[in-house]
Amino acid sequence: MEEEKKIRKPRGVARLIPGKCIACGARCQSDCPEDAIEMNEKGEPVINTAKCIGCRRCVKICPAQALEMYFTPEELKIIAGLAATVPEVVTTVEPGIKEYRGVWIFVEHTEGKPATVSWELLGEGAKLAKTLGVELCSLVIGEKVEHLCQESFAYGASKVYLIDAPVFQHYRTETYFRAICYLVEKYKPEILLMGATGMGRDLAGAVATKIKTGLTADCTGLDIDEKGYLLQTRPAFGGNIMATILTEKTRPQMSTVRPHVMALAKKDESRTGTIVRESMDIKEEDLPTRVIEVIEDATGEQLDLAGAEIIVSGGRGMCGSENFTILQELADELGGAVACSRAAVEAGWMPAERQVGQTGKTVRPKIYIACGISGAIQHLVGMQGSDVIIAINQDNKAPIFEVATYGIVGDVFQVVPAIINNIRELRERKVDK
Amino acid sequence: MLIVTCIKQVPDTTQVRVDPVTGTLIREGVPFIINPYDTHALEEGLRLKEKYGFRVAVISMGPPNTEITLKKAIALGADEAVLLSDRAFGGADTLATSQVLSEAIRRLGQKEEVAIVICGRQTIDGDTAQVGPGIATRLGYSQLTLVDRIESVDLKAKKIRVRRRLEGRHEIVEAKLPAMIAVVKEINSLRYPTVPMRLMAEDSKATLWDNKIMGLNENTIGLKGSATQVRKIFSPQRTSGEIIGDGIKDPKEASRLLIERLIEKRALSI
Repeated sequence: MEEEKKIRKPRGVARLIPGKCIACGARCQSDCPEDAIEMNEKGEPVINTAKCIGCRRCVKICPAQALEMYFTPEELKIIAGLAATVPEVVTTVEPGIKEYRGVWIFVEHTEGKPATVSWELLGEGAKLAKTLGVELCSLVIGEKVEHLCQESFAYGASKVYLIDAPVFQHYRTETYFRAICYLVEKYKPEILLMGATGMGRDLAGAVATKIKTGLTADCTGLDIDEKGYLLQTRPAFGGNIMATILTEKTRPQMSTVRPHVMALAKKDESRTGTIVRESMDIKEEDLPTRVIEVIEDATGEQLDLAGAEIIVSGGRGMCGSENFTILQELADELGGAVACSRAAVEAGWMPAERQVGQTGKTVRPKIYIACGISGAIQHLVGMQGSDVIIAINQDNKAPIFEVATYGIVGDVFQVVPAIINNIRELRERKVDK
Repeated sequence: MLIVTCIKQVPDTTQVRVDPVTGTLIREGVPFIINPYDTHALEEGLRLKEKYGFRVAVISMGPPNTEITLKKAIALGADEAVLLSDRAFGGADTLATSQVLSEAIRRLGQKEEVAIVICGRQTIDGDTAQVGPGIATRLGYSQLTLVDRIESVDLKAKKIRVRRRLEGRHEIVEAKLPAMIAVVKEINSLRYPTVPMRLMAEDSKATLWDNKIMGLNENTIGLKGSATQVRKIFSPQRTSGEIIGDGIKDPKEASRLLIERLIEKRALSI
C-alpha cells in the first residue's frame, strides 16, 4: 500500500470521451476492480462515479483511448500544488520468455510446391531478425520437400528445421500442428510467422491454442518496439480501423500475415545454411483425418487474380453482371484479370473468388483499375498495396479517390470504352509506323 | 446426439463509417446482427438435424442482450440456446474465447453426446478465423475448416466426410467424430423463420451460464486470460492522388490524358 501523505493526491474518476468507444467487448468493465462500470445497449461503458476509485485501469486498457481521468477544478488545484510526479510502473518481463530466441517462418506448400507468401515472410522476417539480432529460420514439413530447404536459404533463412515423412504428404491439421508444437517446445523461437492463407490460418489457430500463446490474424504490418516486442498491425472492424496488437507474456509471438502485402525477398541461390533434421513418431492409423481426394480447380481461360499484373475491378456502379463484359474487354486489352468488390458479389454479378477486399483476396498488381467502386475500407485493405491505382467513379466524393494515384470523375460506361478505344488507336498508330 | 453451433452477435461492420475529421468510428445506428458466417453454420446444423435426427444447441458468448440473437436461432429451429455471459468473460481474445466456448461444449456433452461443433469461417468484426481451431484443439476434436459441403455423416462408424475449399483446389476429407467444422457461406442458402416459429421463439429463453456455473479459472478467461493485448487503434493513413481531366464533360480527353500519364510514368507500355 502507498504511504499516507499529508495531502493526498486526488485520483479523479474515469470518464468516457464521447464518440471514441468502439465497443471492443467490455475490456474496461472486465478490468475494473470495483464493479464501477456497466455496459449499455451500444456496448459502451457507463461509469458509476460513486464507485470509481480512480485506479486508471480502464483508461490504460482501453484500446481506443476512449476513456480519460476527470478531475474537479478543486482537485486540479491540489494536483498543481503537488509537483512531485509518481514514477510510472514498468511492466516486468515474465521470467522464461528470454529463453525464446529467433524468428521462424513456416514454409507453406502443397505437395512440395511452395506458396509465395512463405518467401514474402522470409523477406519480412529477415528485417525483424536483424533488428533483434537473432537467427532467421524456416520450418519445412512435408514429404519429399528437401528442395524447399535450399529455396529457404536463397530467400534469406540461415537455418531450416526439416521434418520429412510420408505421413506429412497432404496437409492435415493434426500432423502439422503436432510437428510444429514439437519443434517450438524444443527450440523455443520468439516469433513464428505463417501466411494468412486457408492452411496458415487453420494451422496457426491450433498451434497457438495448444501452446497457449498469443496469435494475431491477418497482419498487414510487423515491427519491433523498443522493448523487443513484435508489433502486429492488422485491419479490424471490417477494415475501418487498424489495430496494433502485441503478445506480452507468452512466447512465441505468433502472427498470420496476408499474402501480397509484404514485398518478396530477393532470391540469392548462392546462399547456404544449416539443415536440422527432426523426425516424429506419428502413425497413420492413429490419425483422425484422411485426405480422400484432391480436386484441382479448373483454371479455365480466366487469369488468376494473385498473379495478375493488371486488374480491372468493378463494383456497385457497374449496375449489372452483363456490364462486366466491358471490364473484361479492357482487361483483355491490357493482358489483365477482372475482379470485383463485395457489392458485386452480393448482387450476384460476379463469383466470390473474384472478390478483392477484407473478406476476399488481397492483391498488389502493377495497375489496379477500380470502376464504379466507392472504396469502402473493407475493399481498400485488399488493394491499397497496388503500385498504381486508377479510380473511375461518378461521385467525386467517393473514398476510392483518396487512395487513387489517378482518378477520373465520370461515367464508367463512357470512360472505360474511351480508354479501350484510346489504347487501340495508339496501338494501331504504332503498327502503322 | 447433439450438434452445437457457435454464433456471435456482431455490429454490422458494413454499416460502420469513419468520421473523416476525427478518424473515429461512427457506430450510431449500426445494428447488431448474427455474424453472417454463423448464420450458415446454424443453417447447416439445422439441415443435419433434418437429415440425421440430431438435436441442435446454439451457444454464444457475449453481453446479456445477446439473448435476442439466440432467440432468432430458436425461431429458425434450434432446440436449445445457451448464453455464456459474465463480466469475467469480457475483453477476451481468441484464446480466452475458445476456453469459454469449449468448456460450454464439454458441459453440454455431459448431458448428451456431442457429434459435431459447427462454427462460421470467421466473424466480420474480428476476422480472425481462430476460435474454431481453438475449440477443436482444446476439445481434441477433428478440425475441418473452410468446409463448403458436407458429403456424408456416418453415425455408426462415427465418421464425417466433407469437402474443403482451399486456394485453387478442393479437398475431400474424412474425419472421425466428434469434429469441429468451420463453414464458408457457399455451403448453403439460408432459410427464414416462419411466423409460428417466431412466435414460439418469443416465449423461449436462453439458458444463462455465467462463471459461477462454469467455474473457470479467472486467469484463463476474459481480459486476464488473453495472450494478446491491443496496444493502439488508429485510422488507416491514405494519400490521395490526382484527378485527371473532366471525365463528365469530356471522357475521351480524360481517358487520353490518363493513358498518356501511365506511359509517361512507365506503368504501361503500348
